[in-house]
Amino acid sequence: MKLYCLSGHPTLPCNVLKFKSTTVMLDCGLDMTSTLNFLPLPLVQSPRLSNLPGWSLKDGNAFLDKELKECSGHVFVDSVPEFCLPETELIDLSTVDVILISNYHCMMALPYITEHTGFTGMVYATEPTVQIGRLLMEELVNFIERVPKAQSASLWKNKDIQRLLPSPLKDAVEVSTWRRCYTMQEVNSALSKIQLVGYSQKIELFGAVQVTPLSSGYALGSSNWIIQSHYEKVSYVSGSSLLTTHPQPMDQASLKNSDVLILTGLTQIPTANPDGMVGEFCSNLALTVRNGGNVLVPCYPSGVIYDLLECLYQYIDSAGLSNIPFYFISPVANSSLEFSQIFAEWLCHNKQTKVYLPEPPFPHAELIQTNKLKHYPSIHGDFSNDFRQPCVVFTGHPSLRFGDVVHFMELWGKSSLNTVIFTEPDFSYLEALAPYQPLAMKCIYCPIDTRLNFIQVSKLLKEVQPLHVVCPEQYTQPPPAQSHRMDLMIDCQPPAMSYRRAEVLALPFKRRYEKIEIMPELADSLVPMEIKPGISLATVSAVLHTKDNKHVLQPPPRPAPPTSGKKRKRASDDIPDCQVLKPLLSGSIPVEQFVQTLEKHGFSDIKVEDTAKGHIVLLQEAETLIQIEEDSTHIICDNDEMLRVRLRDLVLKFLQKF
Amino acid sequence: AGQDVGRSCILVSIAGKNVMLDCGMHMGFNDDRRFPDFSYITRNGRLTDFLDCVIISHFHLDHCGALPYFSEMVGYDGPIYMTHPTQAICPILLEDYRKIAVDKKGEANFFTSQMIKDCMKKVVAVRLHQTVQVDDELEIKAYYAGHVLGAAMFQIKVGSESVVYTGDYNMTPDRHLGAAWIDKCRPNLLITESTYATTIRDSKRCRERDFLKKVHETVERGGKVLIPVFALGRAQELCILLETFWERMNLKAPIYFSTGLTEKANHYYKLFITWTNQKIRKTFVQRNMFEFKHIKAFDRAFADNPGPMVVFATPGMLHAGQSLQIFRKWAGNEKNMVIMPGYCVQGTVGHKILSGQRKLEMEGRQVLEVKMQVEYMSFSAHADAKGIMQLVGQAEPESVLLVHGEAKKMEFLKQKIEQEFRVNCYMPANGETVTLPTSPSIPVGISLGLLKREMAQGLLPDIRKPRLLHGTLIVKDSSFRLVSSEQALKELGLAEHQLRFTCRVQLHDSRKEQETAARVYSHLKSILKDHCVQHLPDGSVTVESILVQAAAHSEDPGTKVLLVSWTYQDEELGSYLTALLKKGLPQAPS
Repeated sequence: MKLYCLSGHPTLPCNVLKFKSTTVMLDCGLDMTSTLNFLPLPLVQSPRLSNLPGWSLKDGNAFLDKELKECSGHVFVDSVPEFCLPETELIDLSTVDVILISNYHCMMALPYITEHTGFTGMVYATEPTVQIGRLLMEELVNFIERVPKAQSASLWKNKDIQRLLPSPLKDAVEVSTWRRCYTMQEVNSALSKIQLVGYSQKIELFGAVQVTPLSSGYALGSSNWIIQSHYEKVSYVSGSSLLTTHPQPMDQASLKNSDVLILTGLTQIPTANPDGMVGEFCSNLALTVRNGGNVLVPCYPSGVIYDLLECLYQYIDSAGLSNIPFYFISPVANSSLEFSQIFAEWLCHNKQTKVYLPEPPFPHAELIQTNKLKHYPSIHGDFSNDFRQPCVVFTGHPSLRFGDVVHFMELWGKSSLNTVIFTEPDFSYLEALAPYQPLAMKCIYCPIDTRLNFIQVSKLLKEVQPLHVVCPEQYTQPPPAQSHRMDLMIDCQPPAMSYRRAEVLALPFKRRYEKIEIMPELADSLVPMEIKPGISLATVSAVLHTKDNKHVLQPPPRPAPPTSGKKRKRASDDIPDCQVLKPLLSGSIPVEQFVQTLEKHGFSDIKVEDTAKGHIVLLQEAETLIQIEEDSTHIICDNDEMLRVRLRDLVLKFLQKF
Repeated sequence: AGQDVGRSCILVSIAGKNVMLDCGMHMGFNDDRRFPDFSYITRNGRLTDFLDCVIISHFHLDHCGALPYFSEMVGYDGPIYMTHPTQAICPILLEDYRKIAVDKKGEANFFTSQMIKDCMKKVVAVRLHQTVQVDDELEIKAYYAGHVLGAAMFQIKVGSESVVYTGDYNMTPDRHLGAAWIDKCRPNLLITESTYATTIRDSKRCRERDFLKKVHETVERGGKVLIPVFALGRAQELCILLETFWERMNLKAPIYFSTGLTEKANHYYKLFITWTNQKIRKTFVQRNMFEFKHIKAFDRAFADNPGPMVVFATPGMLHAGQSLQIFRKWAGNEKNMVIMPGYCVQGTVGHKILSGQRKLEMEGRQVLEVKMQVEYMSFSAHADAKGIMQLVGQAEPESVLLVHGEAKKMEFLKQKIEQEFRVNCYMPANGETVTLPTSPSIPVGISLGLLKREMAQGLLPDIRKPRLLHGTLIVKDSSFRLVSSEQALKELGLAEHQLRFTCRVQLHDSRKEQETAARVYSHLKSILKDHCVQHLPDGSVTVESILVQAAAHSEDPGTKVLLVSWTYQDEELGSYLTALLKKGLPQAPS
C-alpha cells in the first residue's frame, strides 16, 4: 500500500492512495496562495495600479519591467493570476479510479485533474459539497473572466531569471507548472463526473474496497472518508471540526480501529480561538460603523459567512446597528444564501429542528426579509443605486487579488475611518495587503478557523487509537514562527509518518487475510474437529471461483462417471493429477501400540530395533521395514501395493490430518 | 395491508432479527379494525424485546397512522426509522388525524398530542443511501421512492440475506418528484405495493390535459370545482399544474387551498427541495415552484360565494372534514364538478360516488342527492403494473411478495411476475405468514498467502480438470479463518509428521545403473507429459517430488532395483509410478 503526496499544502491536500487493486485520490485542493505574487485585477481602471513602476535588476537592467511591477518595496507579476496545481508527474493520473472529495474547499483543482490528465474514473462527493463547490468555482471563473487581461507574463518563470528576483518570487516553487484559471465549460464537465453520496453510505469499488463518507463537522456536507476492505481500514481525516457551528457534528466513533489514519486539514491558526475571534469581529465592526466608517470583510461566498451573519443577526440590535446596511456582493451571493436553507439533513440538530417547524434554518432569511442584508451579483447594476455609506460589505476574493473586493480596497483604502477585517485564514493578511500599500484604512485580523487544533487532535487520536498516523510534515514540528511551542505539533505513539510534496510513502501494514465465501453445500460437508480447547479444525478441499474480486469456494465436482468402454482410453487419462494434494499430517506414533495394532491385523514375526532417533519396526516375512521417528515415518517395502496400502492406513490411524 | 389498501404493517423476521415495516391505519374503519392487530407480533412479552426496529416508509396515515397507538399505548421503546421529511411532516398529520377523531367525532381512548410527541422522540432520521447499522448485524438503507416528499424504499440486510420493502412508490417522475430508483441489490425478497396491479396508465400528458380541460370547462360555465386531496403530496403536484395553466391562459377565477396546513405544507416542500425532482432543484434559486401566485388560502365563507372557483380541500377521500362539508354544499348543482384525483378506500364517500352511487345516506338519515359531475382521474403517485415490473427488474429479487392492493388484481400481477422473472411470488392476506428458506453462504477469512498462491496457479481454469484448493479452516472464538495446512500447523504449535514410502521395484536389466536410470527417465518423460520429470546429475530421476533411484541387485547382476520414494502428499502419483515401473521398461532401441 502506497501513498503518493501531490500537494505540499496541509489544508489543501491532494494524495493518491494505492490500496489493494484500486487507486484512490483523496481530495484535489488548489493552492491559491500563488496568486499573492500577482497584481490585483481591478474592476475599473485603477490609475494607481497602472502607474506602478516597472522593476529592474540591481545592475539597472530593465528587461523585466513589463512583467514585474514594484509597490512599496514588493515586486508583483503583472499578469493574469495563476494557481499552483497538485503534482501531475509523480503518478499517471489517468490510472486513478476514483476521487474522494472531503469538502468544497478541497475540490478546487478538480477541473485540472478530470479534464487534462486522461482521468476516466468517478468522483464521489456529498450534495452540499458539489453545490457549494460549484458556487466557489463559478465565482472564481467569473472574477477572473470579467476583467480580461491582455498580458500573460512568462519570462520571469525562467529558472535563471527567477533566481535573480527578490523574495518571495525567488522562492516560489514549481512556477513552471502554475496554470491560469479553468473555464466554466471545464467546471461543468468536471462536475458532471461527480456521483452524489450521503454520510455513512457504503460504496463498493470493484468489489475489492469499500469507501464511506462520514460527517466531519467542518462545513455543509464536509466529510472524512473510510477506505476499507474486510480486514484493513484506512481513515482519511480532512478538515474536521469539533465546534458546534452550523454543520452536522463530526462522526468520531466510526474512525476507530483504523490501521492507518491520514490526517490533514487542521486549523491554520492554532493559537486563535474562533469564538474570541467572532467577538472581536463584531466589536471592531461596530466601532468602525459608529465612527462613520465602512467595514470591508473579504470572504468566500459560503461557509464562515453563514455563522458571521448569524452572530450579527443577534448582535446588530443590541449594538444599535439596525440602520446600517449590510451588503453581500458575489456573483453567487443569492444562490449561496438560498442553498444554505435547503440542506436540512446536513445541519446540526438545532437547525434541523427549525426546519421541522417549518422555518428556514439560518436567520439570514429574516435579515433579507427585513432588508437589513442585501445581496448583489456585483458592484455594477442595482448596487450602485442602493449603495449607502457607512455600510458593511462582505465580498470576495479573500486573496484581495480579484473580485469586487479590489474595488473596495481602492475606494476605502485612503481613509483611516474605514476598516478591513480579515476572517478567512487561507491567506496571510500582510501579503494580501502588500500591493495596496501605503494604506490609511485600519486592518484587523480575526481569522476564524474552526478546524481541529492540536489539543483536539491528540484527544481524537487517543480516542480512536489508529495503529499508524500519516500527516503533512508541517504538523510534525512547531510552526516556524513559534518554534518554542512544542504543543503546536502532533504528538502520538508511534510517531506520525510525515509526507511532503512529491513524496511517495510506503504505508506500514501488511495485508494478511481476504474474505472468501464458502457455499452452503460445501459448508455442510465440513466436519470440524476440536484440536485444542476452543479451537476446531476442518480440512477443506474445494474449487476456488473468483469474479469481480469476490472469492467463493464451491464443493469439488463429483468424479465423472467412467466413460463407456467404446472409446479407447488414452494412457494419460490414468495419470493422477499431481495437484490433488493429500493433507499434511501431524502427531507421533507410539511404537508399542503400533506393534500391537500390527499384530492385531495379522502381522507376525515383528522385530523392533531402537535407533538414535527412534525405532525401526521390521516385518521380516514381508521384507518390510518401518522407520518411526518423532516427526516422520518411513515405510520401505517391496513392490507389494496391497501390503503398502494396509500399512499406510494403519499408520494414518495414529496421525491427524490437516 | 395484505390483499387490501390501508393499515400497512408487515413483520419481517430475517436471520433472527425482527423488523416491523410501517404502522398504518385504515381509512375505511372506525373501530378496532382501524389499527393493525399487534398481537400477531408476540402474544406475551414486550414488543420492545421482540422487535429490533420499526421502519416507516412515508408520512401517509395508512403507513404511519397507528404509530403513536403502537409505541405509546401498546408499548414500544425501540428505534423507529424514517427519512427527515417524513419525520418533519408525520407528527402534523397525526395531530390532524387525532383532532378529527377526538374533537370532531368525540372518540375516547385515542392517542393524545403528548403521545405523538413522545412517539416522535423515538424516531431516528435516516438519509438516502445511508447505511444505518441498527446493531452489529442488522443494517438498513433507504432508497428514493418518489411517491410523496420523503417517501423511501428500505433495504433490510443481515449478513448476506436481505429484504427490500418498497412502501409506496412511483416509477415515473412527475412535476415535483423524481422517479423511484434502486440498484441491482438482488434481495432474497422484494415486498412491493401493488395498488395499480392491473392498470397501465396512459401517458401523463394526456391525463393532465384532460384534467385541465375539465377544470377549465367547468370554470368557463361558472361552475365550482372541488378537488379533494391530502394536504401533502398530490396537492402540490396539482397546484403546480393549475398554477402554470392559469398563468399561461391568464385566467382570473380564484383557486383556493383549504386549511392552514397548506401554506405550512408548501414551506416543507421549499425547505426539503433536495427531495424533489431535478428540474425544480435546478431552478429553485430563480423561481421556487412552491411559491404560488394564483392560489390563495380558503375561508369557510368562500364556499357560498357566487361565481366560479376551484378549491382544493382535505381530506382526499371525502370521508370527513372540510372537503366533505364543501361537497355537501355543492353536490346539488349540476354545474359543479368534483374531481377525485386519487384512490378511495371502500366505505368512504369518495368510493361511493366513484362507484356510481348518486344518493348518499349521510349522518342523521339525511339523503344527499349528488347532481354535480363526478370525475375520477388517477394522479396517485403509485407505480402502475409496468412500473412494478420495472422495479422488480431493477432489483432482481429471488422472490416477490405483493401487498397494498386488491386480491383480484394482485392475482393477475402475481402470474405476470412469475412468468416474466421466473421467481416465486406471494400475496398473503392479513395475519398470514410467508416463510422463505434461504441458503446463505458463510464468509470466512482466507490467508492472503494461500489465496495468492492459488490464484497464481489457477489463472486459466480448466473446466475438465478443476483445480482444488486445499486448506485448513480454523474455528476459534466464533471466528473462521482458512489458512494453508502448513500455517495451521504452525499456528497451533504442532510439528508436521512426514510419512514416506519407499518401494523396491525389480527390473531385468543388465546394463549399468546409470543407463537404467537414463532409460527410466526417457520412459517416464514420454508418458508423463504434464509433469515435471528431471534427470539429476547424481543419476536419480525425479517426477515432481518423487525420487526414483536405480541400484544394483546385491545377488543378481542382471537385475536392477529401482527405489521409488515419495511422501504421503504424493500418494497417488507415487502409487501410480510404482505400478507403471513394475510393468517394465520398453525395449530400448539398440
